[in-house]
Amino acid sequence: MRSVPDLLDPRVRLHVVTGKGGTGKTTVAAALGLALARRGRRVLLMEVEGRQGLARLFDVDPLGYAPTPLVRLGDGELLGLAVDAKAALLEYLDVFYHLGRAGRTLDRIGAVDFATTIAPGLRDVLLTGKVYDAVRTRQGSRRGDTPYEYDHVVLDAPPTGRIGNFLNVNAVGAGLAKVGPIHTQAVSVMKVLRSQTTRVHLVSLLEDMPVQETTDAVTELRDLGLPLGSLVLNQVRPPLLDADMLTLATEQRWDVAALAEDLTSLGVGGRHPRSRAEGLLEEVRDHALRVEREGELRERLLALDLPTVELPQLPAGRGGLDDSGVHELADELA
Amino acid sequence: MSPRSRAKAAGPGPRLDVDALLDDPSVRVVVCCGSGGVGKTTVAAALALRAAERGRRAVVLTIDPARRLAQSLGLSELDNTPRPVDGVRTTGEGSLDAMMLDMKRTFDEVVEAHATPEKAEQMLANPFYQALSSSFAGTQEYMAMEKLGQLRAVTDPDGRERWDLIVVDTPPSRSALDFLDAPERLGSFLDGRLIRLLLAPAKAGGRAYVRVLSSIAGGVTGVMNRILGAQVLTDVQTFVAAFDTMFGGFRERAQHTYALLAGEGTAFVVVAAPEGDAVREAGFFVDRLQAEGMPLAGVVVNRMTTSTEAALDSDRTLEVADQAPPGTRQVLWVHARRVRRLEAEREVAARLTRLHPPVPTVVAPARPLDVTDLESLRGVGDDLSTGPAVSPRTTTP
Repeated sequence: MRSVPDLLDPRVRLHVVTGKGGTGKTTVAAALGLALARRGRRVLLMEVEGRQGLARLFDVDPLGYAPTPLVRLGDGELLGLAVDAKAALLEYLDVFYHLGRAGRTLDRIGAVDFATTIAPGLRDVLLTGKVYDAVRTRQGSRRGDTPYEYDHVVLDAPPTGRIGNFLNVNAVGAGLAKVGPIHTQAVSVMKVLRSQTTRVHLVSLLEDMPVQETTDAVTELRDLGLPLGSLVLNQVRPPLLDADMLTLATEQRWDVAALAEDLTSLGVGGRHPRSRAEGLLEEVRDHALRVEREGELRERLLALDLPTVELPQLPAGRGGLDDSGVHELADELA
Repeated sequence: MSPRSRAKAAGPGPRLDVDALLDDPSVRVVVCCGSGGVGKTTVAAALALRAAERGRRAVVLTIDPARRLAQSLGLSELDNTPRPVDGVRTTGEGSLDAMMLDMKRTFDEVVEAHATPEKAEQMLANPFYQALSSSFAGTQEYMAMEKLGQLRAVTDPDGRERWDLIVVDTPPSRSALDFLDAPERLGSFLDGRLIRLLLAPAKAGGRAYVRVLSSIAGGVTGVMNRILGAQVLTDVQTFVAAFDTMFGGFRERAQHTYALLAGEGTAFVVVAAPEGDAVREAGFFVDRLQAEGMPLAGVVVNRMTTSTEAALDSDRTLEVADQAPPGTRQVLWVHARRVRRLEAEREVAARLTRLHPPVPTVVAPARPLDVTDLESLRGVGDDLSTGPAVSPRTTTP
């Protein structure tokens, strides 16, 4: 499972990373960005949900609307950007209508809030539009022959529950707004999102709900014709029990007395070695049940028939990751 | 005394007494909130089941239950109607119904209840309405509140309220605060200044200020047309015009429900998992509820790793594992991993004991397998009623 074709494929320019909340998609997106930057590439890491998860991960000030360098590695560089729908709309107004001051007036009377939070899907149209811009921006001001500004864009995308709507918003939006610049742009964005230079990666844990959501998202994304990439199994724990012990544990055929004796001779029997042995074996039984369930869930994920990579659970545990953890995961991906 | 030293000196905080909460007849609504993925729905269902089995006439309103949890409650379809749950061991008058929220259907029902049949039909067919009712971030929260209001109004033939306890699960969201903010956001949009401006050309009367307003609105409308395309705005205007009869009603309704939630019969239960993000969110939510004088019952720390042999710590366990025979070594590895996790989770959860003023807490242990049937749901209820409060950090920094 070491080779990860589409994750590091130089031709894939846009990596969309999604997963159920809590599966670590932000961390995985960051690790992927870092792994690409280590290959000497210039990579833009984008977040769109206003969570500032990337800033927390890399321990920098909240990211803004302009790309901020996060890590520089020889030729490679990783930059971060937090896209805000409101700023994106004001930018569009300015670019398309030169509405610098008038745009701010619209903002004051609530038109910008209206447009970004209410108008059906416009928010997602603007966010995906910014992603699209980042993918196709070229160095220098002139379009055409200069190389792309970023070799890769890695998007910390909305969670699996929203990913279909989010990525497909331009298909819907193009239908809803039948004319106008938004319509024109929506058509171009969809073309990029459906192209072979885009991959949507799914992050899952070996737990019931994330696996269910991953399965649902795969069906949805396939139906929408969006290009699926890899399945990233996150926080995978190495096995602790060998096959014999697993069987013993499932069938609960223990020799409690022998374990109690071992504990005593190791000096950790405590005051009641037998009850301690029973307590520990109870934990082994829980563990075996969990391992068995994880096996079933892994089977279900493998049946999705996607390239799969497993990332180990890091000692820091959930929510406590910092960028050293991201570096470790990038090692795993590389 | 500085907050820091006070925190150090504090013993275990107050314990959330779940049974006292569920047995209190003045508590009519329990709202379970918290960030996504912490097991909110499971806690809501477990509380409702326990209440029913302790004699309450309970209904649980779930938003987006895991498929197998839904099945355990007998909810095979998302049909927006409370249905009796089979297999409940009720005592006295106790009963349990469960339902899954269908946000679009609830919205449709609101429209149908407030408009003439022709107007309702017009509105339900409006593309803007369809987008708003099925995809606007905030509609789900608003409709959960709307449904809560409806459930409270249901009566038996003899005029008695059908349910004396409604347990509400809140929509999955990034932030627990969304639940409090979304209805106001939707309400203020629907009643907002901009919508009125957009509407103004259609109802421009003779008064001068109206003419001024409508000329501004004309400008705004022009720009919006160019951005969105004319059709979108026409749909919005048609929608708003059709909504005229209910207009102003939405914000009012949202405020009314908000007031209801702030009232005496409601108790908020904040659910958190022993993970950094979830605990941080729970802290924000607790602060917010307290700042707004909302009735907070306490915090459930869900799925906490436990061990009866925690006295044997992870370092010592790994140390002796090296000298142990293979089978025993594996047993010790399993224990070491579990205790290490437990130690990390305790550190994270202990942050909840440093909130001011102190908040009642209760810890529910993790189960080896997900909750997928009534029996394990009952087990969660037992755990919630007997669990300890979160203990403050024992090691000094």
